[in-house]
Amino acid sequence: MTASNFVLGFGEAGWGTALLQAAMMTLAVALTGYAFGLLVGSFCAWAKIKGGTLPRLIADAYTTVLRGIPDILVIYLFYFGSSAVLTPLAGLFGISGFVSLPGFMAGALAIGLVSGAYQAEIMRGAYRAVSPGEIEAAIAAGMSRLTMFRRIIAPLVLRHALPGLGNVWQLVLKESALVSVTGLVEILRQAQIGAGSTGQPFTFFFAAAVLYLAISSFSTWLLRQAEERLALGARRA
Amino acid sequence: MDIPFLYQTLLKLLIGVPLTLQLAVSSVGLGAILAVMLALARLSGLRLLAWPASFYVFIFRSTPLLVQIFLIYHGLGQFHAVRASFLWPLLREPYWCALIALTLNTAAYSCEIVRGALLSVPSGQIEAARACGMSNFTLHRRIVFPLALRHALPGYGNEFILMIKSTALASIITLMEVTGLAAQLISESFRAIEILIVAAAIYLSMNFIVTRLVQWVEYALSAELRPPPAATSGQGGTV
Repeated sequence: MTASNFVLGFGEAGWGTALLQAAMMTLAVALTGYAFGLLVGSFCAWAKIKGGTLPRLIADAYTTVLRGIPDILVIYLFYFGSSAVLTPLAGLFGISGFVSLPGFMAGALAIGLVSGAYQAEIMRGAYRAVSPGEIEAAIAAGMSRLTMFRRIIAPLVLRHALPGLGNVWQLVLKESALVSVTGLVEILRQAQIGAGSTGQPFTFFFAAAVLYLAISSFSTWLLRQAEERLALGARRA
Repeated sequence: MDIPFLYQTLLKLLIGVPLTLQLAVSSVGLGAILAVMLALARLSGLRLLAWPASFYVFIFRSTPLLVQIFLIYHGLGQFHAVRASFLWPLLREPYWCALIALTLNTAAYSCEIVRGALLSVPSGQIEAARACGMSNFTLHRRIVFPLALRHALPGYGNEFILMIKSTALASIITLMEVTGLAAQLISESFRAIEILIVAAAIYLSMNFIVTRLVQWVEYALSAELRPPPAATSGQGGTV
């Protein structure tokens, strides 16, 4: 066991620092993807609630397709698909060989597009949970549409959506492991590199699992705090 | 649009469909057995049983499936004891490793579905069964499990679709199911977008069929919740 403690140490021959840096990369790509997903998701939810026939159709098709195909295909689409577009383009500028989106960008875009489909459905559900009485009261009080959105709709939607959005964050965190196929050095890729050069795959993949476990447990704790805070003043049955 | 190429790709990718379905069906089937045992353990009220089951669910739901696949496929070989054991012929095959990882993973998620379904069985039904003098085994076989199955079905349909999507990860440990074949075709032809669109269409149609199948089973299992066919025309809106 001393040998395995050694390879995960923080000394010169240890992989501890590298793995922690990789954990930061996982967080970075997951957070970027999640934020992009929030943007796409809110836009889609708006299209589904208030949009005309065409925006609603597009939003419906998007959420159906993206929730029905494996995430890895979406990552491949951005990684290999972008190369199908970028390689000939780069050829025009005299650059030869495989040109693709950087792993970080392809990964974050793919995660964003997939999680956006889930987030759209959650926000749509949360909007429907806002009672019409609240909105009528806001209109009766003479609020402008922007004020009403900022002070009434957004806080209420957030309260209803937070548990669902928290679940999507946990999904995104686990999905970020798939970005390792693009060569981006996040937790899983770093573990693969470590496993390859030390010949101790179990030690490294176990360490990767522990890192994911730690991040996800910390997020669970944080989300519970946020839920309690947003539910201040909410009556419980 | 290069229709002949898309058609050729479709034919090549369809070869992977049996493997994808086989992985999904067997992992969900085996996972269901494990999930019922885990759920019963969690609901048993015995801390010695409930705590390990909760821990199992927590671990497998909080780590990525790909890490679990790598731990089993690449990781276990690190130990000499595993390589020397009788299980090694299984554990060195990517197919069995993928199947084991998918089964263990889906069992953790399904455990929660089953637990929720078991909890949703009305206590009145159980009391009535006890009052009739049913043994614990009969009670579960005739009352609890049939009622729980109906509650679990929608959740289980979702889980099955998730598993069809998850089998795509088996391609990373060299299994040639739909995604594996797609990746191979991409590296041969470099026509990534067309190939990936065909692969996506295959997954979408599989999931569409599964959704319909689950809806049909749900309908078939809820016969007594529907008004009898003769009464529907006569009594109009009364449900």
